[in-house]
Amino acid sequence: MSERIRLVVDGKPAEINADPAMPLLYALRDDLGLANPKFGCGLAQCGACTVHVDGRPTRSCVTPMSAVQGKKITTIAGLGTPERPHPLQQAFVAEQVPQCGYCLSGWMMTAAALLRDKPKPNDRQIRDALVGLKCRCGTHMAILRAIKRAAAGTMA
Amino acid sequence: MNLTHFSRRDFLKAGGALVVSVMIPGTVHTTRAQMSGVSGGKPPLMPDELDSWIAVLPDGKVTAFFGKMDMGQGVDVAIGQIVADELDVRFDRVNVVMGDTAFTCNQGGASGSTGIQTGAPTLRYAAAEARRLLVERAAGKLGVPADKLTVKDGVVSVSGDSQRTTTYGELIGGQHFHHKLEWNKRYGNPLLAKGQATPKKPSEYKVVGQSIPQKIVGNKVFGTLQYVTDVRVDGMLHARVIRPPSAGCGPVAIDESSIAEIPGARVVREKDLVAVVAEHEWDAVRAARVLKVTWAPPCAPFPEMTGLYDHIRQAKVTGAQVPIKKGDVEEALKTASRVVEAEYEWPFQSHASMGPACAVADVRADRATLWTGTQKPHYARDGVAKLLGLPPASVHAVWTPGPGSYGRNDAGDAAHDAALLSKLTGKPVRVQYMRNDGTGWDPKGPAGVYRGRAGLDAQGNVVAYDFSAKGFTRQDVATNESDPKDTLAGQLTGVPPKPTIIFQVPAEAYEFANKRCGWECIPPLLDRGSPLRTGHLRDPLGPETHFASESFIDEIAHAAGVDPVAFRLKYVKDPRHVAVIKAAADKAGWSKRAYPNPRRGKGNVMVGRGFSYTERNGTIVAMVAEVEVNRLSGRVWARQFTVAHDCGLIINPKGLRLTIEGNIVQALSRTLFEEVQFDRDQVLSVDWTTYPILEMQDAPERIDIVLLNQPEIAATGAGEPSTRTVPAAIANAIFDATGVRIRRVPLTPERVKAALTAGGTNR
Repeated sequence: MSERIRLVVDGKPAEINADPAMPLLYALRDDLGLANPKFGCGLAQCGACTVHVDGRPTRSCVTPMSAVQGKKITTIAGLGTPERPHPLQQAFVAEQVPQCGYCLSGWMMTAAALLRDKPKPNDRQIRDALVGLKCRCGTHMAILRAIKRAAAGTMA
Repeated sequence: MNLTHFSRRDFLKAGGALVVSVMIPGTVHTTRAQMSGVSGGKPPLMPDELDSWIAVLPDGKVTAFFGKMDMGQGVDVAIGQIVADELDVRFDRVNVVMGDTAFTCNQGGASGSTGIQTGAPTLRYAAAEARRLLVERAAGKLGVPADKLTVKDGVVSVSGDSQRTTTYGELIGGQHFHHKLEWNKRYGNPLLAKGQATPKKPSEYKVVGQSIPQKIVGNKVFGTLQYVTDVRVDGMLHARVIRPPSAGCGPVAIDESSIAEIPGARVVREKDLVAVVAEHEWDAVRAARVLKVTWAPPCAPFPEMTGLYDHIRQAKVTGAQVPIKKGDVEEALKTASRVVEAEYEWPFQSHASMGPACAVADVRADRATLWTGTQKPHYARDGVAKLLGLPPASVHAVWTPGPGSYGRNDAGDAAHDAALLSKLTGKPVRVQYMRNDGTGWDPKGPAGVYRGRAGLDAQGNVVAYDFSAKGFTRQDVATNESDPKDTLAGQLTGVPPKPTIIFQVPAEAYEFANKRCGWECIPPLLDRGSPLRTGHLRDPLGPETHFASESFIDEIAHAAGVDPVAFRLKYVKDPRHVAVIKAAADKAGWSKRAYPNPRRGKGNVMVGRGFSYTERNGTIVAMVAEVEVNRLSGRVWARQFTVAHDCGLIINPKGLRLTIEGNIVQALSRTLFEEVQFDRDQVLSVDWTTYPILEMQDAPERIDIVLLNQPEIAATGAGEPSTRTVPAAIANAIFDATGVRIRRVPLTPERVKAALTAGGTNR
């Protein structure tokens, strides 16, 4: 039973006929060809599928299409571009954070919301905000450095 | 390096299907286009052809063809640095192609931290030989002897006459060398090919030694990198596999009507391999969820989990070795005034890669294309060829970055599944595992029991040292998937498995007069299609073995009443090893004091420090871990690591530091949290709740790294060595903080708390 669902994804309007129970992740990846949110667990346990839904970091792997009608979706590709990078993207490049990189949507989209709401978080606040996210390559130290670097840039 | 400046504009026609060209179109395809049809075409892709390693494009850019893989640590950048130095071109003029079996020779893929150690020499020799040939050509063209020429940035000039120049592009751009190298006739890690040229001396390196960043990081951070999960082929079906609910049970009946409502969904089955396919991914996911399968009754192949280590102790031995034997341990033990003994236990662990594996296969009657994130695409090609009954040359494997890889993970199984399902359906098939397939069914790091015995004389000197391990082999399935017997697709369709019996002894340089280190392997719990089959997991048996051996060294030191660092320095004589141990201790400000920590803290948090030192294939690591142990919760926080690392010549310091950090954090996760849960019938660790790993709260506050560069010593590996040093450093620090020795991993809060409650020495 498919429904017509309208969205704005990374600033572009999109319209999808989809099973309302289908998770948003499959619509982004398969219907819209936006591959950067990743399937990591399908259980909201890792964060690899994280996008912003109306600005709120959301696990797209468990978010049904019925819940995103008319919503604004942002992926890391919508956060910024090489020409107009988000400070976090600049910082993640400068710190050479990712190894496999498959987890990045979780860290970057969650940290982007954190820095928007709390531009100068301390170490504890950063760690608390990132609870539930996974990185199997163990790049945690570089992730922390990058977020702090971006926060410092925000202050400047 | 222009790796993967990819966008969806980049398509190419391949095999009659419109295929997203996933990997390095700016390199492979540009190279192919610019090198085709000139000077008699490219010689066959053989290791003894210089053209198999180096190409110079018309604009003077250089393409290097690397037969190993980078899994995110930047090995390809290091290879580019080495090639740039040997050829005297700028780093940004070098592209490194890797992982495509049509363009690279089999150098063994990602394997045992050998990306530089065994992967770089041939590239270095080939680049040096290419430079020699180019200078020779320039000599002819410019009419001066070769020794009167200098090269800078790919421009060859006459010494003292800057007007007389030519360029690599002018000399050979777009043409092949058609030049033979001397090849040792080996493939894989041992492959070595050399020319006549002598490579540069380390003192002449300009690019090697620089912290050149990975360009591909930008593609990841801006969300433009195409992973293997993102490959799409026209007419492709999405597949999901259905693994049995109980290990070792095959399907008895499948009710296809249970998925009749789902558009296009259907069952594909070959013997015990069951899958569903559908045109739309979500339909395949739904079909896999609702498909009704009747399975053979459970056969209880596993012991109770609580009895795992007793099972190992009592199991029959299928193979044993004593690789280290010096003096007479048994006789020496008789003379000891005191014997120290301890046993350590390490559980099964999962790769639990960031995403479950994915592969895409397009199998035709006479050929096949495979997109895989495996560490070893050449071997995946060979295995898939065997599975399909095709010659290896008719299978083209294209490595495409996967969702993390730390050994023989589930990627090796996905490649074979995709190939078999494509053959059975007659369509290209993309198989992606679900989380429970990835964590529940990947090959596991083996469980084992480790025993140390040491004899001390009256003065506290070690007169005998005996270390033995007993556990599951590390290779129920081989390190690569070059044979279907080593894959689930093979085993579930009737190919008999053939494990290799291989284990590990500690790697260190303790000079005990009487020393013996050996191991025994036991049979697998289930001989085929087992979710507890073992395979290589980052630094195979390294963390396991050295958790035991370096914990035991601390126990001996404690029994002898000697400071742990002083104790190690008393028995280690090799100057490089000594230097590494001292560097870690010095950087951490290690000073002799009573042990365990007499000032561990008065509140609920106790603090301690632990030392550990190991070697791995020439790389030497020592570290100090400083931990906080919460008396009430049992939580261990490894607040700080101080690491000294000697892997010979350093190619890229920043890349090396980041690699070491990753090793340490991943190993910390395995030490504190990771244990595969199972019952008599099945693995119960199937997701991140049932197989928790380290999260950000448990990441250290800081990791200080001292790099000991040895320009005159050939580079050895860095992708694993610092992994094996971590577990004992933590266990030793917990002992220092609490006075309680814990000898079983993982060191979860529950286990630590129980040990603290029991007091004294505990498992």
